[in-house]
Amino acid sequence: MAAHSGRSIAVKMTDVCRHFGDVKAVDHLDLEIYDGEFFSLLGPSGSGKTTCLRLIAGFEHATSGSIELHGVEMVKWAPRRIGFVTVGQRLVSVPPYERDVNTVFQDYALFPHMSVGDNVAYGLMIQKVPKAERQRRVSEVLDLVRLPGYESRKPAQLSGGQRQRVALARALVNRPRVLLLDEPLGALDLKLRQQMQIELKAIQQQVGITFVFVTHDQEEALTMSDRLAVFNRGRIEQIGVPAEIYERPTTGFVAGFVGTTNLISGALAQRINGSDQAVSIRPEKIHMVALDAAVEPGWKAVMGSVRDVIYLGMHTRYLVELEGGGDLTVVQQNLETSSIDVHASRGNRVKLTWDTTSIRVLQGQTV
Amino acid sequence: MTGDASSRPSWWRRVAIYLYQRPNLSLVLLLALPLLWLAVFYLGALVSLLIQSFFKLDGFTGRIVRQFGLETYQQLFTAANMDVVYRTVIMAAVVSVACAVLAFPLAYFMARYASYRVRGILYLAVLIPLWSSYLVRVYTWKIILAQEGIITWFFNVLGLKPVLDAILAIPLIGGSSLSFSFIGMFLVFVYIWLPYMILPINAALERVPKSLIEASSDLGGRPNYTFWRVILPLTVPGIIAGSIFTFSLTLGDYIIPSVIGNSSFFIGRAVFAQQGTAGNIPLAAAFTVVPMVIMGVYLVVAKRLGAFDAL
Repeated sequence: MAAHSGRSIAVKMTDVCRHFGDVKAVDHLDLEIYDGEFFSLLGPSGSGKTTCLRLIAGFEHATSGSIELHGVEMVKWAPRRIGFVTVGQRLVSVPPYERDVNTVFQDYALFPHMSVGDNVAYGLMIQKVPKAERQRRVSEVLDLVRLPGYESRKPAQLSGGQRQRVALARALVNRPRVLLLDEPLGALDLKLRQQMQIELKAIQQQVGITFVFVTHDQEEALTMSDRLAVFNRGRIEQIGVPAEIYERPTTGFVAGFVGTTNLISGALAQRINGSDQAVSIRPEKIHMVALDAAVEPGWKAVMGSVRDVIYLGMHTRYLVELEGGGDLTVVQQNLETSSIDVHASRGNRVKLTWDTTSIRVLQGQTV
Repeated sequence: MTGDASSRPSWWRRVAIYLYQRPNLSLVLLLALPLLWLAVFYLGALVSLLIQSFFKLDGFTGRIVRQFGLETYQQLFTAANMDVVYRTVIMAAVVSVACAVLAFPLAYFMARYASYRVRGILYLAVLIPLWSSYLVRVYTWKIILAQEGIITWFFNVLGLKPVLDAILAIPLIGGSSLSFSFIGMFLVFVYIWLPYMILPINAALERVPKSLIEASSDLGGRPNYTFWRVILPLTVPGIIAGSIFTFSLTLGDYIIPSVIGNSSFFIGRAVFAQQGTAGNIPLAAAFTVVPMVIMGVYLVVAKRLGAFDAL
């Protein structure tokens, strides 16, 4: 993106592979994360997003490729020796404890035998920060995550949300240049998760550290990220800002995984778009209008009948069977209380229209 | 319940429903037998032992005087008897430490690095010795350690006989041959009790989540630091559990000090001698109380030091 030109790069992965035998957990990955941005790695489980994070942290070793943190190479070739005889080369990684990154683990990984204060001070102890400064920084960061005065508690005495905050504090207190978060909100209930999303974003803006955030929750990725990468089968399908990913998905996978969509191919695509290349149109971009309503220039209209109605509170989802074959999902907001009768519309003949610019042509597989 | 009222459930189902609705009764039925067993044969025996230790032997008639008193304990605290206690406790402590030092690396390898297959083989290797008779293994060791045994032979082959002689010449722990020395006894104790140390340490290590080790490394901890600050503290309960086995088993063992060593008394042998030939059941009981007290103190100290905080 042009907006990022001139910004320094925090993480740069070039042609990185991580294979476990036949399993290609990460396959020919290219990724650039800029300094200070909130970057999400989004994908279903097994898509390689966590492996990618662990490669950056140093817990996993790349099978091939290059990983740079702030311009310093983390994956190097070293001679493979048997005794004193060099027999080839092997890739070695800079160990995690030599990297200026910190991780918030999915299971928080708090040390159960230490108090909250000792957990948070762990990194500072290793850096031999003097005791007075250590205590000050620990209490500062506990204030930041809104757990003031919790130093003497044990992790077992905390709730899930509180443990999550301690894990965050333990990483942040070291002032790393990059913070890696592995589905940190996954174990929290919905309300707490939404609250933590807002807090996490606020903390990131306050401390200005690069956040690399792994999640399988597309809504979370869209609301929190400056940019995100969508993972599928060890590869990145698309990288972009949230609106770009949602409005202009380039592949069928992205269109289907981020939000819901109508994936159209074959004869229906031919009828709708004039070409049999696969296309995507979001259900909310399709308008359901009166049968005699005029069609604006640049808009397309088709006729159909309502086959199914799903009432979702704020909006209603209609499954419309098109005349001439195929069906489309349409979402309409429930703007009037008369929407209490939405179920009565089942079987009705309707007219669907949409702006032809809201149709996205997709590359590659359509899932 | 569906079905008409006339079809009554079978008696078996009625019993099941009856018990389901009375959880306390179910609990009593389930626990009655094991609790009875525990109370009579374990606690009952211990209480009887404790009571016996406060009786005394009438030296003149050779009869036990069933009156509470501390005379037997006075007898226990004489220099000769305390020598037996000290000797046994020191041996038990040294054996426990040696077992822990030997067991930890193996348990660590099994828990962290060994493949599924290798781990299975190692478990078997640890457990198979327990399948054979303890007595046979002790006598085997007597032959291994003997003057004409394989260890002496091996030192001879390597031309290291003077080293063995120098070791055996150490006062107190040396002897005429390994099988007649405390060193030999120590070796056999370590051999016999090692599995009881490996298994609990291994279990404790397997309970340490991998993410904790990664977290320590992530926060800048080198492997050495991670070991002392995270892995070891979290496995202390396992080491304590293992040392309870090795320590108490050594304290109470009778066979190894009888077969190996210079026939000096250990608590186990003292108990045997007092209750058998001497007929001094109270003193035998008092000797038995010693390991119980030591183990009690050991556990209290370990708890005070926070050894079980991670549990």
